[in-house]
Amino acid sequence: MSAVTDAEPRTRGLLAVGVRQARFELLQYVRSGDTMFFTFLFPVFMLGLFAVAFGSAGDVEPGPGMPAISVAAMFLPGMLASGLLLSGFQNLGMDIAVERSEGMLARYGGTPLSPVSYFVGKAGQVAVTAALQAALLFVFAATVLHVALPADAGAWLTFAWVFVLGIVTSALLGIAVSSLPRSAKSAAAVVVPIALVLQFVSGVYLTFWQLPEWLQNVAGLFPLKWMAQGMRAVFLPDQYAVLEQNGQWNLAGVAIALAVWLVVGLVLVRVTFRWMRRGA
Amino acid sequence: MDTQAVRVEDLRKTYGDRTVVDGVSFDIARGETLALLGPNGAGKSTTVEILEGFRRRSGGRVEVLGADPETAGLDHRARLGIVLQSTGRTGPLTVRELLRQFSGFFSHPRDVDELIAAVGLVDQARLRVSKLSGGQRRRVDVALGIVGRPELLFLDEPTTGFDPHARREFWALIRRLQADGTTILLTTHDLDEAAQLADRVAVMVAGRVRAIGPVSDLGGEEARLPIVRWSEAGRPREERTARPFVLAESIARRLGCPPEDVEIVRPRLEDVYLRLVGEPAFVEGTAR
Repeated sequence: MSAVTDAEPRTRGLLAVGVRQARFELLQYVRSGDTMFFTFLFPVFMLGLFAVAFGSAGDVEPGPGMPAISVAAMFLPGMLASGLLLSGFQNLGMDIAVERSEGMLARYGGTPLSPVSYFVGKAGQVAVTAALQAALLFVFAATVLHVALPADAGAWLTFAWVFVLGIVTSALLGIAVSSLPRSAKSAAAVVVPIALVLQFVSGVYLTFWQLPEWLQNVAGLFPLKWMAQGMRAVFLPDQYAVLEQNGQWNLAGVAIALAVWLVVGLVLVRVTFRWMRRGA
Repeated sequence: MDTQAVRVEDLRKTYGDRTVVDGVSFDIARGETLALLGPNGAGKSTTVEILEGFRRRSGGRVEVLGADPETAGLDHRARLGIVLQSTGRTGPLTVRELLRQFSGFFSHPRDVDELIAAVGLVDQARLRVSKLSGGQRRRVDVALGIVGRPELLFLDEPTTGFDPHARREFWALIRRLQADGTTILLTTHDLDEAAQLADRVAVMVAGRVRAIGPVSDLGGEEARLPIVRWSEAGRPREERTARPFVLAESIARRLGCPPEDVEIVRPRLEDVYLRLVGEPAFVEGTAR
């Protein structure tokens, strides 16, 4: 056989292509103004808003024997969790749905780009933006709102694993949910309400310990509640643990719940992801 | 080396009890351009998407560049170029950014700046794709389809929305690809385009290939008989004949002088096509 194509390997490393794809994804991210505000800056915006709106009444003292903390300090863990949900779930859920409906995914599907490299690209975008978002929240909270951040390494170690486990789970669920919207227009209408309701019941916008127990139990079925709980364990005084369900931070529960959702997300992505919508 | 770029044998696709592709067979030789014609809903896009590897078939055999598109890997994809139907927006990227990114998916891509020049978008290279006109965006689609120097190029209604000038330029671009030996499967509603670019055309109706052949033989002898048109007693008349000049002479003799508006035309592809598509029961023997 006289070969027309040379036998040289066509694919560069999946990872190398993925890293290149991540740069491309980041470029698209910073170019879209609505994503920059509603995904990247939103938790910072909300933290500032809550600090201003509720801060005038003074510090929070939820119970006897508990140290008083500022409103900003109380909402910071929730906003960090919210950032995980927005940067992973909401961002990818809408982004990929729009890419699919606008034909970008079909274009990728017609090239030797591996879905693995495509996901590495998305993961890179999510990792970078989520990390910058968290850093921005810390800087804003510490300098503008004067929130004292923990000084011991143990707390930051807990933050690190809750952050990593949370963002991976959130991103996978975002990719999975991106298969639901039938058009670019309906992407926001499908994804945003899910994210919004979760934020209200999972201790982001409303203080979790003030919710009725049945609602806490419902929220416990979803991953955001566990991300927020993990963040509270890091950033709230230890005495606040009694306000949690069963009176403890339950970090093992956080790890298990997020790991279960991570596996669920992985399976859903494997089963549902298509370059092209079926039957379209 | 296999002389056929594409082999399709008794291809079937059903969704539930709805049959979309109903026993389609055709080949495309290497270097050949085949135009796939047919009304909307005839099963053209489904057929093409099965060849591209985007859809699974329900039955039959398909071979694209020697591989089964359902199981072929990414190396196979590197040898194809796919220009899908109009793809809408492409996010906030410029023409050059988009092409540069896609060129990175291939090991021997075209030079991005040469490609931009070839599709006539030099002045738009630094503009966001969302700011381009429909015709310019379509050229971006085509550029994305050929950036990897494909052996086989799928073009799905490539010139929809082009002005006549842009269409001519696009045809010139396709002819250069043909001269380089690219095999092309063109889907179009523009019969003029098919006649201009294709070596052969296949007409699909209701999930079947109703006729296939070179543009000049499509529909068989009968469909291609020249038409003589003239006016007689103020009424337009026409007649099909294998010997149009003999007929014209006999009309002139009968009338005593040649009618002023006599014309002899070969049926255009469009006439042949409309006859093929319009006939509910085409003779099975001539369909492939």
